Amino acid sequence: MRPSGQFKTSYRADMRLFDTPASRGFCIAGLLLLAAAPLLAGDYLLNLLIQIGYLGIAALGLNILVGFSGQISLGQSAFFGFGAFASAWLNNELGVPVALSIPLAGLWTTAAGLLFGVPAARVKGLYLAIATLASQFILQDFFARAEWFSGGSHGAQAQPFSLFGFAFDSDRSYFYIVLLWLMLAVTAAANLMRSRDGRALVALRDHYLGAEMMGVNLTKYRILAFGIAAFYAGIGGALYGHYLGYVSAEGFTILHSVQFLGMIIIGGLASVMGSLLGAAFMVLLPEFMGALVSGLAALPGGAPPWLAAGLPYLREMAIGLAIVLFLIFEPDGLAHRWRRIRAWWKLYPFSY
Amino acid sequence: MNTGLLLQLVINGVIVGTLYGVVAMCFVLIYKASQIVNFAQGEFLLIGAWVCWWLLSGLQLPFAAAFLLTLLFMGIFGVLLQVVVLRPMIGEPIISVIMVTIGLSIFFQAAAKWLFGVFVQPFPPIFQTASVSLLGMQVQSIYLLGMAIALLVMIAFACFFKMSRTGLAMRATAFDQQVAQSLGISVKRMFAISWAISAMVSAVAGVVVGVVNGVSAELSFFGIKVFPAVILGGLDSIVGAVLGGLIVGVLENLAEFADGQWLHIGGLFNIAPFYVLVLILMIRPYGLFGTEDIERV
Repeated sequence: MRPSGQFKTSYRADMRLFDTPASRGFCIAGLLLLAAAPLLAGDYLLNLLIQIGYLGIAALGLNILVGFSGQISLGQSAFFGFGAFASAWLNNELGVPVALSIPLAGLWTTAAGLLFGVPAARVKGLYLAIATLASQFILQDFFARAEWFSGGSHGAQAQPFSLFGFAFDSDRSYFYIVLLWLMLAVTAAANLMRSRDGRALVALRDHYLGAEMMGVNLTKYRILAFGIAAFYAGIGGALYGHYLGYVSAEGFTILHSVQFLGMIIIGGLASVMGSLLGAAFMVLLPEFMGALVSGLAALPGGAPPWLAAGLPYLREMAIGLAIVLFLIFEPDGLAHRWRRIRAWWKLYPFSY
Repeated sequence: MNTGLLLQLVINGVIVGTLYGVVAMCFVLIYKASQIVNFAQGEFLLIGAWVCWWLLSGLQLPFAAAFLLTLLFMGIFGVLLQVVVLRPMIGEPIISVIMVTIGLSIFFQAAAKWLFGVFVQPFPPIFQTASVSLLGMQVQSIYLLGMAIALLVMIAFACFFKMSRTGLAMRATAFDQQVAQSLGISVKRMFAISWAISAMVSAVAGVVVGVVNGVSAELSFFGIKVFPAVILGGLDSIVGAVLGGLIVGVLENLAEFADGQWLHIGGLFNIAPFYVLVLILMIRPYGLFGTEDIERV
């Protein structure tokens, strides 16, 4: 239940992660439900949930960069791929156990992110967006070229996650690994925004001149935001790599980067939960289109054959269209819609 | 050193660079007029080329008629796009505007693949002689024609902005929207016109490239290649865009030459402009001719 006004009397109460006991309760209940998902859900649903998990982690990182600190990045997918390759490489070449290679890959990707974030020290807005576009293409080129790192055009094998001799090689067991990392990622992001550094990032977005006068080191925080985003992308990518067992350089294109941006825009900029909602939307949309087309085909008249043949393109078109429509009609995303529903519920039956 | 090859590549670079320049010019036109970074510029080329291709090989129209119809279609398309999609975005933050054009670009790219397939479709032959020799080099005649068209377009642009009333109104809008509006200029109309012109001229470039290389989804990569060009020239300078396009075109081919002769990396020419892009952003973020933003507290 939510309070009907502001009753907080101390900063401590205002800064709490969960503003009411009920919201904490719901969160714990949701987690328990998720933890029970492998027992309840089928393989198909579990696969979707795992996808939402690792994509959600990367989207959350991008949201810290774009939503919270106001810098546009068109290269998240390249860092996602970097994490996947880095973790596979650490595991294959140096023999680092997968459990350890995932966070190490995250750190390695952070280093790459900091490097490619350096232009942010000088340029912002549009110019920065174009600079990150360049980093996307440069990294993509690197993946295709660097045989030692990514296996070039053959791609890289990634071993399944294992701990103390137990291999997490089924969807059912791997789900818990993704869930654990997602929990860590969400907690870290939510807490970052309560910290001094998080406030500096937000100040940077809202009024960078003011922030600079307040003593926020703009260069440091701009580049730091890139590092954080890259860390999340690296973790997400590493989880993706060890889930599929095979990483190919072809997947990490500009289109994929745009999908990450689409996730946070559809989910809601500067919202932790929005990133996850957006990731879920982006994963479910193609599935929905597939179901729609096969549903139409099952109708008595049947769907014309060009409809089924165009399914991959229909999926892409749906993604493009969803981004455009959300920006025009619901620029604040699903998170805002959720807040509206909550407000409606709180005020029911007197809507004002 | 293979001088002949080098010369051939430089000529190629100038010709392709002119086309880059034209597309960059269209990009800058939209940016100057309506402050929108158009990530769907490449799709203008793609759609223009496909429409022209369809009119030629689908409806068997003569080239001149097909070309004019394509221009007409693209003009209407540009206006519609601006009115329906971009007009609601006025005043939104920059990321929203960028994302809308990216969304459009994904949409049209997928739609084009769906409607016309993923394979390269050659244009029906338009000229009797496929190539002419110039300074001992073989140059495809359509490229020469393309370059001529591109130069014509540039001259037309210059005349339009210097001499016509609409051109003057557009410059005024680009300079200061509020002042322009208070002087009785319809800013909305100027936005629509700039999108129409941009779409039409991009389609010309699309048709030229399509005639040479065949039409395929690859065409939309022009829209990405434009970014190094405009950043080099300065985002809000039309002259800069043309020069930037030329430089990027030549640079690409020089990278190809260096790659083939000494480095043997392979595929360097596609990625070289982006390294240059990062470098320029670090040294001169506002480009060669762009306006430098000076911030005072």
